[in-house]
Amino acid sequence: MAYSGKVIDHYENPRNVGSLDKEAPNVGTGLVGAPACGDVMKLQIQVSDAGVIEDAKFKTFGCGSAIASSSLATEWIKGMTLEQAMSVRNTQIVQELNLPPVKIHCSVLAEDAIKSAIADYRRKQRGSQTQPSLGES
Amino acid sequence: MAANLPIYMDNHATTRVDPRVLAAMLPYFCEEFGNAASRSHVFGWNAERAVEQAREQVAAIIGASGREIVWTSGATESDNLAIKGAAEFYRDRGNHIITAVTEHKAVLDTCKRLEKSGFEVTYLPVERDGRVNPQAVADAMTDRTIVVSIMLANNEVGTINPVAEIGQVVKARGAVFHIDAVQGVGKIPFDVASTHADLVSLSAHKMYGPKGVGALYVRRKPRVRIAPIIDGGGHERGMRSGTLNVPGIVGFGKAAEISAAEMPEESKRLLALRERLRLGIEARVTDTVLNGSLEHRLPGSLNMSFAYVEGEALMMALKDVAVSSGSACTSASLEPSYVLRAMGVPVEMAHTSIRFGLGRFNTEEEVDYVIDLVAQKVRKLREMSPLWEMAQSGVDIKSIQWAGQR
Repeated sequence: MAYSGKVIDHYENPRNVGSLDKEAPNVGTGLVGAPACGDVMKLQIQVSDAGVIEDAKFKTFGCGSAIASSSLATEWIKGMTLEQAMSVRNTQIVQELNLPPVKIHCSVLAEDAIKSAIADYRRKQRGSQTQPSLGES
Repeated sequence: MAANLPIYMDNHATTRVDPRVLAAMLPYFCEEFGNAASRSHVFGWNAERAVEQAREQVAAIIGASGREIVWTSGATESDNLAIKGAAEFYRDRGNHIITAVTEHKAVLDTCKRLEKSGFEVTYLPVERDGRVNPQAVADAMTDRTIVVSIMLANNEVGTINPVAEIGQVVKARGAVFHIDAVQGVGKIPFDVASTHADLVSLSAHKMYGPKGVGALYVRRKPRVRIAPIIDGGGHERGMRSGTLNVPGIVGFGKAAEISAAEMPEESKRLLALRERLRLGIEARVTDTVLNGSLEHRLPGSLNMSFAYVEGEALMMALKDVAVSSGSACTSASLEPSYVLRAMGVPVEMAHTSIRFGLGRFNTEEEVDYVIDLVAQKVRKLREMSPLWEMAQSGVDIKSIQWAGQR
């Protein structure tokens, strides 16, 4: 498949690959997708007391556009408030990376990963004992 | 000597034309350009002579006679002609066709179309090693079975079917036996006598010949009949009308002649290269799985799954190396390889498979370059893989409640 230059750039030089401490109270973890579907994204956010995403990391099992979508997502949400990050739409990712129709699900997964990480963070903040949202999408 | 980039390791898809083949073809474009069906002048006679020589060369590689070769546009047409042609011709004897789930789409989709016109098709499962069990063929045969179509070697994994045993079963029940031999002929010994083959599909471009030319072997003793699927001027004894692709046919003949002559040495060399590649990767990369039988496998074929690394991402990382993947992301359907799935490869492992196809022009330097690159890129992608991270920290990935399949 012929990818856009932006996908190839994110794939070859992925931003923010890594992991944050998922037990930390100010870290939210989203894990979406499934191995059987060929893509799994783990996206983590570290949130400041002011509710701003000060760091974001990802790890992705998936094709080049899945890796690029999650790389772009972490790049975008760094510095955003949680509300701003909640409003990131998959269509923006599609547009930015110029994804072909067959790869749109990669952008959907990235949007889901952001929302899932935020939900996990909020759950922790409410002091609930729920485990990180493994497999939730 | 360093490897020249890009490296071509996708010889199941197509092969480079051997320069000796091209040299044989060239005079048939501008000098000997006649129509092989022109009976009234020297241009036609020369073209016909070249076509008949090629017919003998192609027949020889499968132990047939030239009169049993029908030229086609390629293996897809050969498969269509064999199955549709025999099904139509023998329809008064029955309406049952047997094939296997791992066949090429040219066979499977032909069978599906025949189902729409009243034929019944049994799609046999395969063993975990990718091979069809002859007993399964025997068990599926009924008095209504008219055609059995089983491939010699699989295009995705390179596993070789026990076609001689299957041929015996089919012959005993008096059905027509078609073998799609595209991936095997020219690479491993094959002949129509020991396999009891009635119809055999062949392709030039898988054996260092040109694209756009294929052949169908049609047995004469005892005579096997097929109805044509292309009507017209009655070429190829009425079985396949259409002006012959003379340069292509000449190239096919030369390619078959070279492959037959060089097969003993070439298959040894390719097997050594393939094993160098397989063992080299296995020594450097953990958590790999070989897909399909190692013993019953084409010498140049390697199909491996790299756990926790998605196949298309790995292919992208193997920039400058042409390989292919069974990953869903390489297809429009989002379903991973139906061949690997049929072999019982778990769907998540099918997503991580890479097919390496070594051929005549690959070198040891290229293999070594690819081993290094695979080791390096798998490491990089695993560092980026949440599944690898979980596996390393002892999480059982199967125990996680993953979101439903899309």
